[in-house]
Amino acid sequence: MSFDNLKMSPALEKYMTKEYRDLVERGPYGKPKKVSEMGTFKEILEEHPMCAGCAMTLFIRLTMIGLPNPEHTILVGTAGCGRLALTQTSIPFIYGNYGDTNAVASGLKRGLATRFADQPKDVVVMAGDGGLADIGFSAVMHSWFRKEKFTTIMLDNEVYGNTGGQESGMTERGAILKMAPKGKQFEKMDMIGLAKTANVAYIARVTPTNPTRVASTIRKAVLIAREIGPTFIQAYTSCNIEYAIPTPKVMDDAKEVETARYGFMEIMSDEAREYLESIEPAKKPKAKKSESEEAVTAN
Amino acid sequence: MADSAGVEVKPGATVQAPPQAASAGSEASRQRVVSPEYMFFEAPRERAFITGSEAAKEAIRRANVDIAISYPITPQSETMQQVGALWAEGYVKEYYRGEEEFGVMSAIAGASRSGARSLTATAGPGLMRGMEVVASWPGGRMPLVLLIMCRVINAPLSIQPDNAELAYLLNSGNIIFHAENQQDFFDYSLKAFIISEKPEVTLPVAVAVDGFFVTHARGYVMLPPSDIKLTPRDPYHEAIPAMDNENPPARISRDAPIQKSNFISYHVHASWQQEVWAAVERSRKYIDKYMGGLVEIVNPDAETIIVASGSAVSQSREAVRQAEEDLGERIGLIKVRSLRPFPTRELREACKNAKRILVPEFNCVGWLHREVCTALYGYSNAEIIPGPRVFGGISLPTEMILQYIFPDKKFAF
Repeated sequence: MSFDNLKMSPALEKYMTKEYRDLVERGPYGKPKKVSEMGTFKEILEEHPMCAGCAMTLFIRLTMIGLPNPEHTILVGTAGCGRLALTQTSIPFIYGNYGDTNAVASGLKRGLATRFADQPKDVVVMAGDGGLADIGFSAVMHSWFRKEKFTTIMLDNEVYGNTGGQESGMTERGAILKMAPKGKQFEKMDMIGLAKTANVAYIARVTPTNPTRVASTIRKAVLIAREIGPTFIQAYTSCNIEYAIPTPKVMDDAKEVETARYGFMEIMSDEAREYLESIEPAKKPKAKKSESEEAVTAN
Repeated sequence: MADSAGVEVKPGATVQAPPQAASAGSEASRQRVVSPEYMFFEAPRERAFITGSEAAKEAIRRANVDIAISYPITPQSETMQQVGALWAEGYVKEYYRGEEEFGVMSAIAGASRSGARSLTATAGPGLMRGMEVVASWPGGRMPLVLLIMCRVINAPLSIQPDNAELAYLLNSGNIIFHAENQQDFFDYSLKAFIISEKPEVTLPVAVAVDGFFVTHARGYVMLPPSDIKLTPRDPYHEAIPAMDNENPPARISRDAPIQKSNFISYHVHASWQQEVWAAVERSRKYIDKYMGGLVEIVNPDAETIIVASGSAVSQSREAVRQAEEDLGERIGLIKVRSLRPFPTRELREACKNAKRILVPEFNCVGWLHREVCTALYGYSNAEIIPGPRVFGGISLPTEMILQYIFPDKKFAF
C-alpha cells in the first residue's frame, strides 16, 4: 500500500524528477536488493552532507539495503551525525528530542500495531553512542526489558562527533578528547553485556568491513524484532575527523579495530534462531551449535 | 481504591495477555460509535457521584482511545491505573507503564505519530520532568491528550495541590483547559480528543485539574451511557501525515531546520512557530462549539469581577453567592475554561465596565493574574488585584475571597 503511495500518477509522470522516477522504478521497495547489486539500483540513501570518508555513511547505506521491507519501515533517530544522513533517506524518519529514541519507538511501534494488524510495520532506531548509551540510556534499557519489538542500531563512533568531539560513555578508556583532557577515566560501556542481561533476542557487534555481513545482520535484526523481541546492533562507525584518521585509511582503521577489539559477534536466542530458520531455511546447512548461543568471529 | 484492593500477587505466575481488541461478547465490544455531537449534546445522561479520577476514567471509556501510556505519580496514579483496568476490559487497545515521564512523554509522541489516538497523564514534578518533550509536541503537530493533576513542584517536596506547574506550560504551544470540577474533568477530557484532532488544529491538548480537590473528592457528574464511544481518530485528515509509511513523510522531519543554512533555518522555524500559535487560535471555534466558549460569565455587569480557573472557580462561585445572599452585593465571576487559547477578547468585553478585578489562585506565582493583566492592558481602567492566593496545599476559604472583595469589612477565616 505504501509502495502504491510512492508511485506516480500517470498524468504527472513527466513532471517528476529523474531521482523520483528512479526511486519508483529502480528502488528497493517491494523488491529487496543485495549488496552485490549496488550501483544497479536506486539506493534509499544517496545524497548526504556527511564528511568525506565517513565510515558511518557507508554503514547507513548498507543498513538501508539490509532492511527487509523499506516500504513499511519507519526510522527513529536523535541528534548526532547519523541523522544528517538519515533525514536524507527516502523512508519516514522521526527526529525527536535528545535521547528519546527508544521511548518514541516504543509508542510508535505499539501505536502502529493497533492500526495495522495484518501489515508488519518495522521500526528501526539508529542513533549514536552518546544518544543511546548516555542521554538515551534509560529509554534503551527499558525498551529492552519491556521486550519492545523494534531494532536498535548504535552508530558507535566512540565520541560526540556532531558537537565537536567530546568523550562519550562508549569512548575507550584513556582516549584524549574534549571534556576528557586527561584521557577518559573509565572503561568503554559494555552495551553488549547489558543487552545480554536484558535478554535482547538478537545482539550483534559489527564493523563496516564486510558489506554483505552488515546487510544480512540488519535483515536478521529487523525480522527478529518483528516477531520475537528487541534486537540490538552495535556498529563501529569511526569518526575520522575527531580521531584524526586519514580519509584513505578509514577502512584500514576499521579492520584494525575489528581485529583488536571489535570482532563480529552475534548472539541469538533459541526462539530467534528458530524463527529465522522457519522463514529462511539455511541455504548451506551449517553445523548446528547445540548449546552455545554465541558465534564469535574475529574477521 | 476499588481496583487495587485485594489484588493477589503470584510471583512467577504466567502473564495474562489482555486481548488487543475487545473480546467478542464483552461490554467493550458492544460499544457503538457515535458522533461527537451526539456524545456531547444528545445522548441521555445519568447522574453519578464519583471522584475526579473516576470521571477521567469514564471519559476515557467513551473516548475510543487506541493507546495509553502510564507512569505513577501522586495524585495522578489512580487515573492511569483505572485506564489500565479499561485496557484489561478491552476499552483501550494498548497500554503500558513507561519508565519515567521523559520516556512516557516521548513514547506518547511516538504513539501519536503512529496515527493512534493517544493518552497520558501526569502531575507536578512529572510534568516538569517531561517538559522538554511536552514543549516539543506542538511543533511536531501531535494530536494527543495529556491529563494533568496539579500538585506542588518546588522544594521542599510535597504532594499537595498547587498549580504553579501550569505557569511553565502556558507558553509551550499546547492547548490547555483547566477543569473546575469532576463534571468539567469528564467533559473536557472527552472533548479534548476531538478538538486536538481537528485538521486545522492538529495539536496536543492538556486538560489540567487541581489535584486532590477534584481528583480525590466526589462530585456529581452527568454521564452519557457507557455503551457508546467517539468516532476514531482519522490521521489522514490532519495537518501532518502520520509516520506510518502510508504517506509521504512530513518535510519537517526530513528537512529539520537545524540541517539547513542559518538563513533558511530562521525562516523555517519562525513560520513554523507562527503556524503553531495560529493553530492554537483556530481551536477557538471548536471550544466555542463543544465547550460553550473559553469562558463562563456570571453577573457580567458587576463592578467587581472575579477571574478564576480550576478549583478557584468553585470557591469564587460560593463567595459570589454569599456576597449576594448575605451582603446584598452582586459580584461578577469569569470562569476561564481555556488557558490556551487565552480568552483575551472575551475578558476585554466582559471587563469593560469593571472597577475592580480579583484573581484568586492556587499557586504562589500568580500566573493567571499576569495573564489577565496582559489581556486587559490598555483595555480596562480596573484595578487588577493579585489574589487572594493560597499555595502548598492550603485551601481557599470563601471568606478569604470576600475579604479581598470587601476590604472594609472583617471576615473570619
